[in-house]
Amino acid sequence: MNNENLITEKDVAHVAALARLHLTTKEIADFTTQLRSILEHGRDITALDLAGIPPTSGPIPLENVFREDVAGSCIDKSEVLSQAPGHQEGQFLVPPLLDGSE
Amino acid sequence: MKLSDKPLSAKEIAAGIKNKTFSATEIVRNSLSRIDKLDGDIHAFLAVTGDQALLRAKEIDEMVSKGEDPGILAGVPIGIKDNICTRKVATTCGSKILNEWKPPYDATVIEKLRSQGAIVVGKTNMDEFAMGSSTEHSAFGPTRNPHNINCVPGGSSGGSAASVASGMVPLALGSDTGGSIRQPAAFCGVVGLKPTYGLVSRYGLVAFASSLDQIGPFSRNVEDSVLLSNAIMGHDPLDSTSLDIETPPIKIDIDKGVKGLRIGIISEFLEGISPEISKAIELACKYLEEGGGQIESCSVPSVRQSLSAYYLIAPAEASSNLARFDGVRFGMRVDGKNAEEMMVNTRTAGFGNEVKRRIMLGTYALSAGYYDAYYGSAQKLRTLVIRDFKSAYQKFDVLLSPTTPTTAFEIGAKVDDPLTMYLSDVCTIPTNLAGHPAISVPFGHDSKGLPIGLQVLAPALKDNLTLRVAKYLESAVEKANV
Repeated sequence: MNNENLITEKDVAHVAALARLHLTTKEIADFTTQLRSILEHGRDITALDLAGIPPTSGPIPLENVFREDVAGSCIDKSEVLSQAPGHQEGQFLVPPLLDGSE
Repeated sequence: MKLSDKPLSAKEIAAGIKNKTFSATEIVRNSLSRIDKLDGDIHAFLAVTGDQALLRAKEIDEMVSKGEDPGILAGVPIGIKDNICTRKVATTCGSKILNEWKPPYDATVIEKLRSQGAIVVGKTNMDEFAMGSSTEHSAFGPTRNPHNINCVPGGSSGGSAASVASGMVPLALGSDTGGSIRQPAAFCGVVGLKPTYGLVSRYGLVAFASSLDQIGPFSRNVEDSVLLSNAIMGHDPLDSTSLDIETPPIKIDIDKGVKGLRIGIISEFLEGISPEISKAIELACKYLEEGGGQIESCSVPSVRQSLSAYYLIAPAEASSNLARFDGVRFGMRVDGKNAEEMMVNTRTAGFGNEVKRRIMLGTYALSAGYYDAYYGSAQKLRTLVIRDFKSAYQKFDVLLSPTTPTTAFEIGAKVDDPLTMYLSDVCTIPTNLAGHPAISVPFGHDSKGLPIGLQVLAPALKDNLTLRVAKYLESAVEKANV
């Protein structure tokens, strides 16, 4: 087994940032151990010779599905907005996209 | 009339309501009082919608009194897994992050159930976002196995399985991404079917891994599984993966027995299983042979690596699907000084550990430099699984295996060891990778009195064959017990 290919705490911290999750130092350590054991189990796949095997992304070959261009009924907008954490003038309300000090 | 203590089947309920032996209102009251009595211990339900259910029951009773037909599930109470959207009724996915979100629309299956007269009595507990095999990863506490409340009911649809097993409802809906219907069905001693991918609309099912997820029925017997399948299957233009084919009602031949059927026993799944489950398989083979089935061992080599492939593919898809939970459009929000900080704070506070683990695993498997090694290889393995099944089905009509390597384990036994927990899905996962149907049917108990489930697998669209063999096994067990 090639140790340099194993997931490290640095990788876990990087992936957490990509996934918009904040992890404590202890969580990073725990997740590293757990993800490592899961990924190590996954090595039974890499041990196979998969050259020339095409990938499958789903049970049904995907194609675009278009419906007739006819107006139908829509979900009620006010009902949608009533379930959002914040809304204003018919739109979702979010904090400033930049740092919010302006 | 007085309703007997032995829970009625869905078929008996619908027939009794239509011929006015009892009313839908009596049936729903009975179901609600059973929930009231038992659910304090079992915790199968996250929400009970008693008032709405009684209103609907009254409507059904009025239809019957006017001579109208309410449908094939007339007045039948049903539990709905809490990742299936119900309009104006909180849908939590077993997660804090949805914060009692009330969907502005019903899932297609909910509309179909309503049009067939079924009555939703509540939303059932589940592992958060359907990620888990024990229902211990629910943010609202675990469900307990009705056969032994110190044991897990399985998962992720543990609440649905337990609600049916304890007689609170005759039917429930679950979702199955890697075994989340069949594994809890086996642990709780009920029937659970994962239909062919695309036969049941996923519109309104909160997505976990879109290429694997499928909604399916829980029931106490195979006949009821057929009834509920017929109610929910069919093309839906709102789900782009819904199969646009005529879906024949699947009741026609389930009583035909197994005479002449070629049945393969998946040899890879006989390794490392508990001796009592091994014996159950032997006994099942004996019954099937007595019924005229041709039994032979069958190897499906790539099922050995299926678990590994699944735990790369499902988290990869989940990491993308769960990106929508960002505190903007639904559920909870934890504020921050800007939008990104708000998203990080919301997701960090809202998701439980198992969900975080899978999002991280999936993000890693898809990240630059690792994509080919992990996600890419897993997708190739998926091709091999499909090929191996295809070649197996050239020789066999159906395949048989245990549903799980062991019976239900104790609460707390595996919750801190994700890989060991994942291994309880080893027999159910390949079916999802292939998109095929498979059913778990109860087949006796182990020495501790915990149910054993056997799995019948068939090629795509042969759902009726899985039900037919399951029905035969069910009858064989019943006869043997008399």
